[in-house]
Amino acid sequence: MNNKIINSIEALLFGAGRPLRLSEIKGLLEIDLGELELSSIKIALNSLEERYQNSSIELKEVASGYRLQVKREFSNCLSSLWNDKSQKISKSLMETISIIAYKQPVTRGDIEEIRGVNVSTQTVRNLLERDWVKVSGYRDVPGRPALYSTTPNFLNDFNLKKINELPDLPETEEIDEEFKLQAI
Amino acid sequence: MDNIQQTQLEIPLVMGQPLEKLPDDLFIPPNAFELCLETFSGPMDLLLYLIKKENINILDLNVADITNQYIEYIELMDALKFELAGEYLVMAATLAEIKSRMLLPKPQSEEDELDPRGELIRRLQEYQRFKIASENMAILPRVDRDYYIASAGLPKFEEKTESLNLNPNDLRDIFQEILERPDLKSSHQVAFEELSTQDKIDFILKILTKRNIVGFYKTLQKKEGKQGVAVSLLASLELAKDGLIELIQSEDNEIYIKSNNRSFN
Repeated sequence: MNNKIINSIEALLFGAGRPLRLSEIKGLLEIDLGELELSSIKIALNSLEERYQNSSIELKEVASGYRLQVKREFSNCLSSLWNDKSQKISKSLMETISIIAYKQPVTRGDIEEIRGVNVSTQTVRNLLERDWVKVSGYRDVPGRPALYSTTPNFLNDFNLKKINELPDLPETEEIDEEFKLQAI
Repeated sequence: MDNIQQTQLEIPLVMGQPLEKLPDDLFIPPNAFELCLETFSGPMDLLLYLIKKENINILDLNVADITNQYIEYIELMDALKFELAGEYLVMAATLAEIKSRMLLPKPQSEEDELDPRGELIRRLQEYQRFKIASENMAILPRVDRDYYIASAGLPKFEEKTESLNLNPNDLRDIFQEILERPDLKSSHQVAFEELSTQDKIDFILKILTKRNIVGFYKTLQKKEGKQGVAVSLLASLELAKDGLIELIQSEDNEIYIKSNNRSFN
């Protein structure tokens, strides 16, 4: 029975093609196996994790739930196989998403203020298309600019469960002003 | 390994060659301008780089030179990305402003006046925080670069949309064709009837006040023509419907209008 749960979860995670939440897994398993305790599913997930230790894949919990992924050490083979068609992320795109991630929700104006450069429509569209950011509201100032926040998919793609798992934002350097002034 | 290369940008590469030494007359010499735009993510980025690498001192800058460069930039605008260029220009202007303010002798009484560079330094520091943060973020393991999803899920089938294969001539032809379509929706004038049914009704009633029965043809007037016949018929039918008259057809097909002897208003 226990093995049946483990294998069923494995099948679900393989077949879903997206992360599955614990509650989703429970609901789907119960259709077939009858009522289940959440704890027994957690135990099964642990067993699944152990099972993969000597394989190329691993179980990972990210923001939108559990998923199976190829271990990092094997990603090189795959990127060669697929000719690494994944889009490179430009420096300015990375700066933009990091400002959104750390200061959300922010408007384009906020981002421009920090970067000192226009945030192009293309940059915003790129982030929206990746489903890394979403419009989470509108700031109540003239023009009602859109406020951008990160999405669960952003966390998924960066292998994170929660936004506070991001590396800490560096503090403003408190180097003595004199030195800075001289530098400029 | 790739990741580290992507995020490191201590020495910008210009056409594959590391640009280790920037021209002496920098700030942004016009011919290096385009290179700068490609290498740096913005004027803040460039300035940060210059401060770190070249230890630029604003006081050493020649304001006249910068002004000359401005004009050259403006001439370059036509050829370059205008939006980006504007931002570099703003930064150059800011620096020129700072420099000019610093050259002015400080009034004795206002010794506590804020250093004009303060705001710029604050912005540079803020920018630097996020620049570092973005570099840290770029090396985080990422799906489709460091990890790949293991899935046996059904692939998403994308419906192929045929790309439009149009050339300007096609477009012109189509537009031409639209223009030539008959204009079926144009407004048109609705003319008032020359002969009104109501007038004819009054006319018939008037006759019937004098006699009880009248031949249909008597209600016609030659000048009204066919339209008059139609209107007279309509008027008689209208009256018959209201029960004011009776229409009688004799054996010789002549139609008579007979009053019902009600009082007409």
